[in-house]
Amino acid sequence: MGAIITLSILALVVLYLGLFKAKALLLPVSILGFLVAIGFLLNDWTADKGPLFSGMVHFDHYAIAFSVLCVAVTLCIFIISKGYFDEGGQVAEYYSLLIFSLTGAVLVNSYHNFSMLFLGIEIMSVALYILVGIRKRDKASNEAALKYFLMGAFSTGFLLFGIALLYGATGSFNLDEIKDYVVNNPHAISPLFYGGILLLIVGLTFKVGAAPFHFWTPDVYDGAPILITSYMSTVVKVASFAGLLRLFSYSLVPLQDFWEPVFLIIAIITLFIGNISAVMQSSFKRMLAYSSISHAGYMLFAIIAVGTTSANSIFAYGLAYSLATIVAFTGLILVKKTTGSEHFEAFNGLGKRNPMLAFAITVAMLSLAGIPLTAGFIGKFMMFSSVMENYHIVLLVLAVINAAIAVYYYLKVVVAMYFRDSEESCVNVQWNYSFILLLAVGLTILIGVYPDCLIKLI
Amino acid sequence: METIVQQLQGVPINHYLIFCTIIFAIGVVGVLIRRNVIIIMMSIELMLNAVNLLLAAFSVQHSDSSGQVFVFFIMALAAAEVAVGLAIIIMVYRNTKSVDIDSLNKLRW
Repeated sequence: MGAIITLSILALVVLYLGLFKAKALLLPVSILGFLVAIGFLLNDWTADKGPLFSGMVHFDHYAIAFSVLCVAVTLCIFIISKGYFDEGGQVAEYYSLLIFSLTGAVLVNSYHNFSMLFLGIEIMSVALYILVGIRKRDKASNEAALKYFLMGAFSTGFLLFGIALLYGATGSFNLDEIKDYVVNNPHAISPLFYGGILLLIVGLTFKVGAAPFHFWTPDVYDGAPILITSYMSTVVKVASFAGLLRLFSYSLVPLQDFWEPVFLIIAIITLFIGNISAVMQSSFKRMLAYSSISHAGYMLFAIIAVGTTSANSIFAYGLAYSLATIVAFTGLILVKKTTGSEHFEAFNGLGKRNPMLAFAITVAMLSLAGIPLTAGFIGKFMMFSSVMENYHIVLLVLAVINAAIAVYYYLKVVVAMYFRDSEESCVNVQWNYSFILLLAVGLTILIGVYPDCLIKLI
Repeated sequence: METIVQQLQGVPINHYLIFCTIIFAIGVVGVLIRRNVIIIMMSIELMLNAVNLLLAAFSVQHSDSSGQVFVFFIMALAAAEVAVGLAIIIMVYRNTKSVDIDSLNKLRW
């Protein structure tokens, strides 16, 4: 609970620092605030206080693990963002909106009542609508902001209608009471309840960017500034999945026979659309957008095969995916600074000019593709084994085919870096970028080699 | 107040449900077929208000006030969303001199 309060106050403090022109303080204060929030979260790890504030939020191990992940990833993004937004003159607004959005993400991780799920998702998204369009004169950024806003508001409508129907059936917004309703009336569940579940699935899959509700993702990821894209594809995606899994694994498990086929179909479509579209891209950023769709498909496996291990596997997958994505986007920022392009050709010859940067991007790509000895492999392994335990053999076969397709487009970057030449000058890597690259690559390999620390976490 | 609640409870819940579903469907269709951004935003408001009405009706039916509190959350959110949304539309209008969705076609695969 302390974490939510800390982050909300931190966002306001940062906004006021901007008002008083204390630009140099923005980054240190935000980082300090994040560390305090992580401290509060870790402090709650051993003492589970149960649902707080009349059952509004519940900081159990699940919520704490995901919240720490979100805060830590945002911390990394803040460190990279030093100097990134200086030309615009709205640095404080940028920081403060990101922190507000993070507060929403923490709420989505820890909600115990539908009103908190709704508020969390909206706090997260409304701040992002602004951030996506923060480059006011860039037409691509404008278009992305408008599309994201319209699609986000539209999906909120579905989410709310679903919540209203569940409320009509059960008479409560509390997850515990909804669970009791499902358990106590196994044969007399109101039709409203089923309709509500379907609308909730529509609303939430919009937010995580799973097909057939993915069409906004590539445009928005492509048009937004790179740092915002990296925030959206890591923190927002992981938090939305945490919220989705929390609802389905806690309250709606007894109705698994009803919603499992829906998720099965969504996952299969998502995997194929994400991977096949990614193969055809010529822009690295857009390729990463489509690859994030396909990763949403893999993360849905944890919900299809919901059980005791699914929380852990979605956490491992989310962590591996976030680390690799941060490295990939950091590489893209650096490359774009020198070449001004986001295409695969911009990476030509990077292996000779900047061997360390090229190595980091290679590790990230291998981790995203799920090659052994990287964290991505552990994530995929846990997902696949949980699906196998539930005998979804068709899904498993399709997923393996998709993993093979994915290797092709991830290795396209590696090939460009090591086997093509270009006359571009050397990329200048500042200390903050190299620190984050080193940290993320180190963790990726560490988790890949020694996964035990993650497997029994939650 | 008591009589209002009793009168509201006199209407069968299915009527509210069908009415709200129709309004919601009009909103969804509006978002999907209209091309003017302002009208799309109005349609989204229609969707949210259908939900508000439904929540209020269920709240009376269950004699439980939490549904009405939720309505206030939705109203506050709708206000915030409209503020941000109109700002985005103005930003787009300054650059393209149009509020038509089809004028935004820069990002294509």
